[in-house]
Amino acid sequence: MSLKTIEETKPKLKMVSIYIMGKEYKVPAGLTILKAMEYVGYRLIRGVGCRAGFCGACSTVYRLKGDYRLYTGLACQTTIKDGMYLVQLPFVPAKKQIYNIDELKPDFASVVKYYPEITRCVQCNSCTKVCPQDVQVMDAIQAILRGDIEKAAHLTFDCIACGLCSMRCPAEIVHYNVFQLVRRLYGKYIAKKSKHLEERLKEIEEGKFREELDRLVRAGPEEWKKLYAEREIEP
Amino acid sequence: MVKYEGYPEEMWESIEKVEATREERLKEVMERLSPEAKEELLKKWHPDYRPEGKREIRIGPNEGDLAPNEVVDLLESHSPINPDEIDLSEIDFDVDVLVIGGGGSGASAALWANYSGIKADRILITTKLRLGDANTKMAQGGIQAADRPEDSPAIHFIDVIGGGHYANKPELVRILVEEAPLIIKWHEELGIMYDKDMEGNFIEVHGGGTSRKRMHAAKDYTGLEIMRVLMDEIWNREIEVLEFSPAIELLMDEEGQVAGALLYNLETGQYYVVRAKAVVLASGGFGRLHIQDFPTTNHYGATMDGVVMGYRVGARLRDMDAVQYHPTGAAFPEQIVGQLVTEKVRGLGAQLVNKDGEQFVYPLEPRDVVASAIIRECYGKNKGVITPTGLRGVWLDSPMIELIHGEGTIKRYLAAMYRQFSRFNIDITKEPMLVFPTLHYMNGGIEINSRAQALNVEGKPIPGFFAAGEVTGGVHGKNRLMGNSLLDINVFGRRAGIFAADRAKKAKVGKLTLKHIVKWENMLKEKGIVTDRTAPILLPDYRGEKVLSRSIKIPF
Repeated sequence: MSLKTIEETKPKLKMVSIYIMGKEYKVPAGLTILKAMEYVGYRLIRGVGCRAGFCGACSTVYRLKGDYRLYTGLACQTTIKDGMYLVQLPFVPAKKQIYNIDELKPDFASVVKYYPEITRCVQCNSCTKVCPQDVQVMDAIQAILRGDIEKAAHLTFDCIACGLCSMRCPAEIVHYNVFQLVRRLYGKYIAKKSKHLEERLKEIEEGKFREELDRLVRAGPEEWKKLYAEREIEP
Repeated sequence: MVKYEGYPEEMWESIEKVEATREERLKEVMERLSPEAKEELLKKWHPDYRPEGKREIRIGPNEGDLAPNEVVDLLESHSPINPDEIDLSEIDFDVDVLVIGGGGSGASAALWANYSGIKADRILITTKLRLGDANTKMAQGGIQAADRPEDSPAIHFIDVIGGGHYANKPELVRILVEEAPLIIKWHEELGIMYDKDMEGNFIEVHGGGTSRKRMHAAKDYTGLEIMRVLMDEIWNREIEVLEFSPAIELLMDEEGQVAGALLYNLETGQYYVVRAKAVVLASGGFGRLHIQDFPTTNHYGATMDGVVMGYRVGARLRDMDAVQYHPTGAAFPEQIVGQLVTEKVRGLGAQLVNKDGEQFVYPLEPRDVVASAIIRECYGKNKGVITPTGLRGVWLDSPMIELIHGEGTIKRYLAAMYRQFSRFNIDITKEPMLVFPTLHYMNGGIEINSRAQALNVEGKPIPGFFAAGEVTGGVHGKNRLMGNSLLDINVFGRRAGIFAADRAKKAKVGKLTLKHIVKWENMLKEKGIVTDRTAPILLPDYRGEKVLSRSIKIPF
């Protein structure tokens, strides 16, 4: 059951050249950017996080040899290509406004009060183009400008706050902080509250389950085993 | 013709078999295993039962207990510091509550300490990487809470304790299930976007080992959604956060209270001295120790630092012998091997099938059972699919979800999974995913009581020392159920924050000391433990072998 490491599988793989901040290294094809950097000897503190595409710590910008375009990706989710010139972008200087969510209304005014720069959006769509999560970033900003908080919240749900959009934006919008505010406004004020939850909380407060739980805590393994075996399972 | 773009040709035949049997299997329900059959399966195939994977701990409160070799290695290590070289007289941060760890437990603890009357500038969160860089953010499937009329905290209790093999601390399980709805309410108030139906009630599904549908989710980004809102709230409340500064030892005072921590700036190498009236340890688990060489779903920073530090101030551990392997880690493509494929995929109806397209286990048995069944299928029965790099796996038949719940379900409720596989040209709405167990969770840890206080070898609270989340043991017994970890970090993070605040209002701490480290080093000598290993290790080292073999350090 021993699991093969990169080293063991290396002989099967062909080697390619990548250029980390301009310096050439030969690495086995098929690695992610993150694993390739580690393979050549980098021990990362910045530019690495969950290693699974959820945390936005490893934003990377690259060009391919002979291609004028600038590409972006997450180092942990992007396979290296031959002739890749890359640099990581592990931090984005960004404005995060302070607010009390309990005092806001779920509307355009609440958002623009804290982030007035959203009105500077020129609809260039650069933000959407660089998003490694395929979020429709510009559409979300436009939705906010129309006062459609709900749409913006759903459009931006998959944002991992890597900050690439904000580095590209000519209007200097910090999208991911704007979107965080928008999603909380939706979750708190627009999404309906659960009635089941309210009822259950009332029951708990009234002590409806207290005795049964007291008994269960004291019951001990034999009784638990019996109850577990007798469980009715909801289809 | 390219039939399945993301899969190499040698795997196509097996995928065709999965497709051919799909319609029949939709009607087929695997029987759940009897308690005896489960026991037998676990004993034969679960990695925890491999005797060569474990050994006895030779030192400290748990001397004589068995734990995985990788865990014992770290427990029997030297401190990374020499107490003589540390100046504790100059205090860099003097606070009421110090929270060690910037994941879900730490964030909850800090917020509830603040709600409980501790001023934001009297709280310090210190974290190894950035705030929110933790397993919490990577949790996909959901969070359990018994809030539907068909369900109750008592039913939740039985599911938890049965899943944990009756080894859980019952008073902790009780708190977990009874306070679960309260946590969901808190989240609703904060504006966390859970999946809801038209009436506003939560869309709830099954998880492995649940007898009622009580998995609340935010697509398959549940942990990310919870974490980022808690982070936003920490910033809004201006609670101080020190990033890239992991704790490397706890500090005590002359009366034997835990009274702060020594931090290490990862980027500059400088140490910081923190004095605190209460310390909340919320530093997570051990995935990056790669127990028995398994790949892991865990965050880069999951290196068991907290258990190591807590053990040196006398905290007792429990259930450290029980390691959770998530049944479904990605086994292909190579780039994402070991990464999590959420249990929600099975919760929505996908079956596990072998290379011949046959089901071999009821997909929603508790995690340890399903993981064992997959290992048996691959290595006992030789019915696994072999990948180009020699790994083995079985199919998780995701296209079934679209057949059961309608087209578009995957993109809507499993957006992260869909995206992750799409990046490698695999369309999980049409093609199955290849999976194999992956190291997922530290079931055990530092034993706590219902006030989230860490206990010593006699079972008494260590003054000033609170702990919450994966670093603790007792809540989940020998095996955690899906959706109970996001719950745990909120329930016990909250408790740790409240009780730490309570203590901080009354407690006095004296002169800081590292005498416990001197004592520890003497104890290592007495026990005849000879090693050059130091811990906490802070981060794993994935540098290539050639680089490491030719690495030298010269002053410049």
